[in-house]
Amino acid sequence: MHKEIVIRVCMGPGGIAAGGKEVLGSFREHLLKAGIFAKLKEKCSSHQVGCLGLCARDVLVEVHINRNKTVYQYVKPDMVERIVSEHISGGKPVEEWLADDTFKTFYGKQMKIVLADCGKVDPEDINSYIYSGGYEPTREVLTSWIPDDVIDEIKTSGLRGRGGAGFPTGLKWELARRSKSEIKYIICNADEGDPGAFMDRAVIEGNPHSVIEGMIIGAFAIGSNKGYVYIRAEYPLAVERLKIALKQAYERRFLGKNIFNTSFSFDIDIKLGAGAFVCGEETALIASIEGQRGMPRPKPPFPISKGLWQRPTVINNVETLANIPYIIRKGAGWYSSFGTEKSKGTKVFALTGKIRNTGLIEVPMGISLREIIYEIGGGIEGGKALKAVQTGGPSGGCIPASMLDLNVDYESLAKAGSIVGSGGMIVLDEDNCMVNMAKYFIQFTQAESCGKCVPCRVGTKRLLEILERITKGQGRDGDIERLERLCNGVKNTSLCGLGQTAPNPILSTIRYFREEYETHIRDKKCPAKVCKDLLIYSIIEEKCKGCGTCMKACPSGAITGDKKKPHKIDPNKCIRCGACFDVCKFKSVGRD
Amino acid sequence: MNDILLNIIEKYRKKNGNIIFLLQETQEALGYIPKQAIDLFSEELNIAPSRIYGVATFYSQFRLKPTGKNIIVACCGTACHVKGAEKIINGLRKGLELAEDEDTTPDGEFTLEEIACLGTCSFAPVVLVNSAVYGKANINALLKKIGSKRKKSA
Repeated sequence: MHKEIVIRVCMGPGGIAAGGKEVLGSFREHLLKAGIFAKLKEKCSSHQVGCLGLCARDVLVEVHINRNKTVYQYVKPDMVERIVSEHISGGKPVEEWLADDTFKTFYGKQMKIVLADCGKVDPEDINSYIYSGGYEPTREVLTSWIPDDVIDEIKTSGLRGRGGAGFPTGLKWELARRSKSEIKYIICNADEGDPGAFMDRAVIEGNPHSVIEGMIIGAFAIGSNKGYVYIRAEYPLAVERLKIALKQAYERRFLGKNIFNTSFSFDIDIKLGAGAFVCGEETALIASIEGQRGMPRPKPPFPISKGLWQRPTVINNVETLANIPYIIRKGAGWYSSFGTEKSKGTKVFALTGKIRNTGLIEVPMGISLREIIYEIGGGIEGGKALKAVQTGGPSGGCIPASMLDLNVDYESLAKAGSIVGSGGMIVLDEDNCMVNMAKYFIQFTQAESCGKCVPCRVGTKRLLEILERITKGQGRDGDIERLERLCNGVKNTSLCGLGQTAPNPILSTIRYFREEYETHIRDKKCPAKVCKDLLIYSIIEEKCKGCGTCMKACPSGAITGDKKKPHKIDPNKCIRCGACFDVCKFKSVGRD
Repeated sequence: MNDILLNIIEKYRKKNGNIIFLLQETQEALGYIPKQAIDLFSEELNIAPSRIYGVATFYSQFRLKPTGKNIIVACCGTACHVKGAEKIINGLRKGLELAEDEDTTPDGEFTLEEIACLGTCSFAPVVLVNSAVYGKANINALLKKIGSKRKKSA
């Protein structure tokens, strides 16, 4: 009897970084050597798959024998030989390398729609997507639906824009459909600019055809014949896979003229972003596609009436579009059965920071932060205490540990002073300073501000200056109030979303961690010991062995002392770099 | 160089392209955007040089100076930041002996770039050395790696 053997190696961003390519190569080599690859050529394939999710345990490898799945974690190329000989040939899995129980809890609470086929289909082979039911929704829609049916279906599903703002997708399409124009455009926004977010990258790298399908269906609904994918040049693999996917879709005539022999024609082009965060904003993105500086303009007119080259334009985020074929396939009722009253379906998050299971997760809207952090995420790294969860990147805010039972949906997060955003979720522990976090984000938005409107250009700069002062021990009375006043000004008067949301990280950290700001300003101390200008280093005499390691490490010659006698740090010469603290094996350097 | 640039202009005309396309092609071919290219584009295509500079300096992708032989990219994304990216970057700058406002070493061996997010957050802090990914980066191991590159080329 022929055994059906399938091996899946994680080749997502994490998988490749951890050596997925080498592991895959090693499997090819050892299967061939054992004669397995040759013998079972038809049924045994080494797929390249997209993101499996739990990147922290990469390289992840699934071995399917007669549809029985076994998962290995932390696989290195030199482990492959044993897996092939003991498991694939011998039938006995290598117990000590199997993924453990946390692996099960990581997936238990998740609900996968957008990521369902990531990890199952081969992103570089359209057949693999078609076999799993791909392009069937497109065929159905194009051959037997009218555009209004599509719009109704998406409206009923309750899908809202996954790029951050959460505008109802069906409504956006309806408004664009009603805009009168012979030429209309649909743009896929893949300019994933939030630091700490890689959802869109994983979707495009793992299942690019789902995005293309979403665009075809969207174009049909609004009456567009031309689409663009605006994607960051910083994602070379995603760009490459998208190019391959488009080429294959054209070959199969899912794109081009008279798709499925209907009168509907649709083309997609790729436009590479050139590295500007503000281009995630709709009107700035349009300016960038037109080849200009990516600067936003006032709205209205909204892109749905006057967008790219003055024509009606719909801009949808990658994840939004990737949801579409699945909603058509399984029905709006099915989709809206997940989530809360106002936030339907699922959301993909990039769970990172000080958490045990980092990776890409997809959860139903309305799940609590506690479930995400402690059940899916497996808790905080290194037994430290959770301090806050940052959501929404530079436009979002921090949710303190005391509010862990908060539901993750558009309304609840907004009420708590943050946003769902594009889906970055960064876990902070007791070693992270909230003033420093606020400074980090405003540094980012200040640098990315396009400079067109005064509140954002000047306001973010002044905010940054105040925060820099505070973290350098030059905070003054009234600084917190000054920050709040300025934040509200920038928020209310900036031209685009960048400026309107840039103060959020400051406002939310002041709201929940005011005393930490006060300690910085009044006592000139950083409780988390992050702000280096506020730290004082000294040597604890009882612990110092006089080994001289710190003296050698000190770049400013501030440490003196004789061999085998306690050393001393001259506070006037100390530049507070922390080099001595890091090198001392006896923990005899104190930091206060 | 002129032939390459004229070729790009030809492509631009055929594709009804835009300035970003022009600059991306130039950088792809030459590694950076020399002043000479901007002057030539301006003349051939009748676009004011200020408009081309305006676009070139707006986007962080474009470089107006040549890069070093080896390119080191340090990620400053949020996940990397909370896991100590600043220390890595300061360590790299010190190790490479970069002057305050420079990102390329005087011998033209190394360029250090900082990038907003590479999207490999689960391996934070992340550094790329000539496109090879170093996850959970450790500054001493990195400097050793870089040092061996320098020796090889010396």
